[in-house]
Amino acid sequence: MVYYIVIENFTLIPSLSGGIIIGLSASLLMLFNGRIAGISGITKGLITKEHSNNEKYWRLFFLIGLLMGGFIISITMPSMTAKSSKLHPIQMIISGLLVGIGTSLSNGCTSGHGICGLARKSTRSIVSVIIFMLSGFFTVYILFHVLGLGG
Amino acid sequence: MITKINLLSLFSGLIFSIGLGISGMMNPNKVQGFLDLSGRWDPSLALVMGGALLVTFFIYPLIIKRKEPIFEENFDLPKNKKIDKNLLIGSFLFGIGSAIGGLCPGPALANIAILNPNIILFVIAMLMGFFIHTIAVSYLLNKSIK
Repeated sequence: MVYYIVIENFTLIPSLSGGIIIGLSASLLMLFNGRIAGISGITKGLITKEHSNNEKYWRLFFLIGLLMGGFIISITMPSMTAKSSKLHPIQMIISGLLVGIGTSLSNGCTSGHGICGLARKSTRSIVSVIIFMLSGFFTVYILFHVLGLGG
Repeated sequence: MITKINLLSLFSGLIFSIGLGISGMMNPNKVQGFLDLSGRWDPSLALVMGGALLVTFFIYPLIIKRKEPIFEENFDLPKNKKIDKNLLIGSFLFGIGSAIGGLCPGPALANIAILNPNIILFVIAMLMGFFIHTIAVSYLLNKSIK
């Protein structure tokens, strides 16, 4: 039996550069503000009762910056945004709910656990990343190759 | 409100989403392409996390060795080290969700800029997800206290 993996759409330089930029952003936030650049935690902390006003303000400013950057990207390189993908309302609602509940339960996401947690050599983050990656691979396999949706 | 801390946060958020955009993370097709191992595999997102870790893996330990951050009084780092059910189940659900939508919290929020109602739906659903879990936790806590 022959197994092979077909590689397509590999954007090596942009993805590596973008990743490095994200890493720099997280490093800035830690060096100056001593905070984890975990987007789910930042967002959740802003809207729930968890924190004091000071802890809410920096989160608000971070998210404003995030939105500004998103705006810049949408104007300068719109093909890099979700404009290039077909989105369906039901898909968005289900995935949004799962992402919200899941990141809240696990207290982190790709940035919180994946970028910051791994850098801290946190066992919780290592476990979380392994599980959400495997879960992601499995889900896409079912969606694309069992249910025949998308891809 | 316009403090060094908040301005730095704004700058960090700005750089973060520009990085997200350049890397391709804002495009659900690229996320799903990365997760599609047995189909047409797009390894790009491995380079995104790899690139980010190239920086943080080496810089974080140096930063955290300091007594304190530059602007803030203290480092605020997660103290929970237990691998509990919440971590396992939460990670599993997050994996499913981000695969179905091809979006993580950061890219979803950054995509608000494209003014697509589907993205707004995702963001609202995600915020509801935060609330649902948070409210469930405080409800269960109150029940156990009684």
